[in-house]
Amino acid sequence: MEQLLGILLGGFAAGMVLFIVSVGLSVTMGLMGFVNLAHGGFAMLGGYAIVLSMKHWGLPFFPALALGFVAVAALSVVLERLLYARLYRASELDQVLFTIGLVFVMIASVTLAIGPETQTLALPQWLRGQTDLGIIKYRTYSLAMIVAGCVLVVVLWLGFERTRYGARIRAAVDNRRMAQSLGVDVGRLFTAAFAIGSGLAAVGGGLGAEILGLDPQYPLRYLVYFLIVVAVGGLGRVNGVFVAALLIGVLDFVFKIHFPKGGTLFIYALTLVLLLWRPHGLFGKRAG
Amino acid sequence: MNAALLETRGLCKNFGALEVARDIHFRLERGARHALIGPNGAGKTTFINLLTGLLAPSGGRVLLEGEDVTSLAQAKRVKRGIARTFQINQLFRGLSVLENVCIAVTERLGAGSSMLRPAGRRADVLAEASRLVDAMRLGDDAGRRVGELPYGRQRLVEIAIALGLNPRVLLLDEPAAGVPSAESHIILDAIAALPRDIAVLIIEHDMDLVFRFAQRITVLVSGAIFAEGSPAEIAANREVRAVYLGSALDA
Amino acid sequence: MSAAATRNPAALELAQRHRFRWWETLPWLAGIAAFFAFPNYLAFGSQLLIMILFALSLDLVLGYAGIVTLGHAAFFGAGAYTVGMLAQHAGWTEPLSGLVAAAIVAGAIGLASGLVVLRTHGLTLLMLTLCTMALLEEAANMASHYTGGFDGMPGLKFAPLLGWFAFDPLYFRSQYVYTLLVLFACFVLVRVLVYSPFGQSLTGIRENLLRMHAVGAPVRARLVIAYGVSAALAGVAGGLFTQTNAFVNLSALGLERAAGVLIVLILGGYGRLYGAFVGALVYLLLEHTLAKAYPTAWQIGVGLMLIVVALYARNGIIGIGDALLRRKGGAR
Repeated sequence: MEQLLGILLGGFAAGMVLFIVSVGLSVTMGLMGFVNLAHGGFAMLGGYAIVLSMKHWGLPFFPALALGFVAVAALSVVLERLLYARLYRASELDQVLFTIGLVFVMIASVTLAIGPETQTLALPQWLRGQTDLGIIKYRTYSLAMIVAGCVLVVVLWLGFERTRYGARIRAAVDNRRMAQSLGVDVGRLFTAAFAIGSGLAAVGGGLGAEILGLDPQYPLRYLVYFLIVVAVGGLGRVNGVFVAALLIGVLDFVFKIHFPKGGTLFIYALTLVLLLWRPHGLFGKRAG
Repeated sequence: MNAALLETRGLCKNFGALEVARDIHFRLERGARHALIGPNGAGKTTFINLLTGLLAPSGGRVLLEGEDVTSLAQAKRVKRGIARTFQINQLFRGLSVLENVCIAVTERLGAGSSMLRPAGRRADVLAEASRLVDAMRLGDDAGRRVGELPYGRQRLVEIAIALGLNPRVLLLDEPAAGVPSAESHIILDAIAALPRDIAVLIIEHDMDLVFRFAQRITVLVSGAIFAEGSPAEIAANREVRAVYLGSALDA
Repeated sequence: MSAAATRNPAALELAQRHRFRWWETLPWLAGIAAFFAFPNYLAFGSQLLIMILFALSLDLVLGYAGIVTLGHAAFFGAGAYTVGMLAQHAGWTEPLSGLVAAAIVAGAIGLASGLVVLRTHGLTLLMLTLCTMALLEEAANMASHYTGGFDGMPGLKFAPLLGWFAFDPLYFRSQYVYTLLVLFACFVLVRVLVYSPFGQSLTGIRENLLRMHAVGAPVRARLVIAYGVSAALAGVAGGLFTQTNAFVNLSALGLERAAGVLIVLILGGYGRLYGAFVGALVYLLLEHTLAKAYPTAWQIGVGLMLIVVALYARNGIIGIGDALLRRKGGAR
C-alpha cells in the first residue's frame, strides 16, 4: 500500500510538472492552431533564469520564480509580436520549421552562454527533506509540486469559467471566426495567453528542475512528451491537459521502476491508440 | 412514375439542437433547370453538402436514379455522376487553368492511379480539358496560374472542373457570388450554354438569373421546403414574397 | 478531338513536361566527375548520395503529397536495421538483395502506419508520425539482442556485389559507384512517379484536399500508397547507410535524423525534384566544414536559417533561383 502510494505520488509530481509546462502550449495551440515546437525552449530558458538568479544573485525562492515568469513572458511577447505573428496564416510546415529553428537557437545560445551541464535547483529549506503524511513519508518537494499543480488547475479553471476574459478565450478556442465577429480581439487575447502560457512554462521548467532535469537539451528531449500531453488532452482543454499529464506522469514513473526497458514504448503505443480513437484528444471536440 | 434523377426523402440534419435540414422531400428531374432560393441561413449550402455527401444526414435518404446513395462518400458519389461547385472557389490555385481541369478529367477517366505513363502522354485528357477550357472562353488563360486570374474567371474554372467530371447532375452553389457585376454576364452565358441533358440545380440570390434560368424553383426557409413550383407560381406566391423577395418583385 | 484544341500552347507545354531536359544530366555528370576529381572524398560522397535519396523519399511525401511528417527516419532506420540484422544474424550479406529486403520491410511498415496514421491531419498527424518513429526507436533499443541496442552493430561485413565487386568499407571507390547507381535507379522511379497522373493527383491533394474529394479521387488510398513507396525508398537509403558504414545504431532513427533530412529538403526546395540534390549538397558541405569545428555556432546557424526560410524563403534555394530567373525574364 505504501509502495503504491509512493508510486502514485511520484508519478503525480512528474505529471504536475508536465502539466504546468504544457498547459500554456495547449491553450495557445487551441486558440491559434499554431504548432509551437519551441514551447519547451521557454520552459528551459525560464528554468535557467530561476536557477541561476538564485545561484548567482542570491534571489530567494519566490522572487526567483516571479523573475522567471516575468522575464520569459516578456521575451515571449517580443518574439510573438515580431516573428510568430507573421506565421499565423502560414502553412503548418512553415510553423514547424520556424519553431524548430527557434528552439535550435535557444538551445545553442544557452550552451554557448552557460554550458552544457545539468543545472540543479537550490531548494529552500522548507522544501527539503520529507514530510510525514501519516500513511507514508514522502519527499516534501514532490508534495509541493503536487500542491502547486492542483492550485494552478483550480486557478485556471476559475479563470476560464468565471471571468469574462476566460469566456472569451473559450469562445475563441471553440470557433475563432465566430468569436471575432462577436468583437473579441483574438490577436490581443492570443498575445496575452501566449505570454501567460510561456511564463507558466518558465516556472514549470524551474520548479521541475529536480524531476525532469534542466540542461540545454531539455526542449528537444521532452518535446514529444509535451506534444503527447497536449494532443491526448485536447487542444485548449485545461482539464484535458491536467488528466493527460497526470496519466503520462504516472505511467512513465511506474515504468521507470518496473519496466525500465519497455516503458516509453508503451506510452507511445498508448498515445497512438488514444489519438486514433479520439483524434481531437480525450477531452477535445468531437469529430464531425 | 419514373424515378427522378436525384431525389431526397425525408432528409434531415441537425447539429445538436440546431436543425439545419428538416424533412426535405426533393426531386430533381432529368435535364432540369431547377433553382433553390431562400433567405440567408436557410440551409441551402447545407442541402447541397448533404446531396454530395460532404455532410452525413441525421435521417432520411438520398437517391440517385432510384439507387440509395445516402451512405456513399463524396468521392464515390462523384463517380456516380454528381458534381458541384463551391460557394467559395475550391481550386488548385498554384496550378494552371488547364492543369486544374486536367485533374478533374483524369479522375473521371479513372486514370488518376496510373503511375508509370507520364500524364503528358494522355492526349485524350489534354484534348478534353482544352475543349472545356475553350468552352468556358478561358482559352487565353489556359496556361496561367489560377491564383492570378480575376475572381470572375476563377469562378469559370470552378464550373469547368465540374463539367470535366461529365456529371449527370450539376449542383452550382451561388455561381455568380463574389463576381463583380461587370463580369457576371460571363457566368450567366456559361450557365445558359450548359448541355441540355445535365440536370442542373442552382443556388442563387440574383433573382434576374434565377428567373431567366429556372424552369422550376424551390424555396427553402429554416431548413424546410417552404414552397415549390414554376417561376410564375413562385413569383405570384404572396407568402414567398413576404418571407424572401420583399417588394422587389412588385411589378 | 479537334486539332485546334491540342495546339493550345498550354496543352503543348503540359504534354512536354515530362521530357528530359539537357541540364538534368548535370547532377549525374557531376557525380561521375566527382569520382575522378575527388578520390579522397568518396566516403563523404557516398553519404551525400544517401542523404539525397533519403531527402527524395521525403519530398514525395512532404513536397508532393503535402504530408507534414517529423518521423520519416522511422523508415530509414527500418531499412538500416533490416540490412544490419540480416548481415549479422542471418548471414545474408549480398548487398543488392539486402537493399531489396530493406525496401520491402520499410515499405510494409510505411503502408501499415500510413493506413493508420493518414486518417488524421494537422497536429494529430504530426504527433502520430513522431510517435511511430519513437515507438520504433524504443523497440530497437529494447530488442538489443537483435539490434545491439544503444551500441548498435559495428563491424558488419558485406559480400561482394553480385559476387563480383569487392564490397569493403575500405573500398570507397566501389561503394561510391554502387551508391550512385542505386540513387540513379531510385531517382528514375521517383521522376516517373512525379510526372505520372498519380503524382499529379498528389499535387492536387496537397493544393486542395476538399477539391480532390470533390472530383472523385480516392484520396486516402493515394496518400497511403505514396507513403508506402516513400517509406520503401527511405528504407533503401537506410540500407545503403548500413552497408557503406558497416555499422548501424539508434542514430539511424530518432528526431535528430528526421529533423536533419527535413532541413535538407527545405533548404534545397521541396516539391521540386532536384531540391533534394541542392539541399543535401549545401547542407552536408556546410556541416562537414563547420559543424565539427564549431558545433554550437552551427546549431545557431541552422536555427537561424530555418527561421529565415520559414519567414521569407519557403521554397528554399531552388525557390530563390526561380525568383531570380523570373526577375531576369521580366526585366527583358
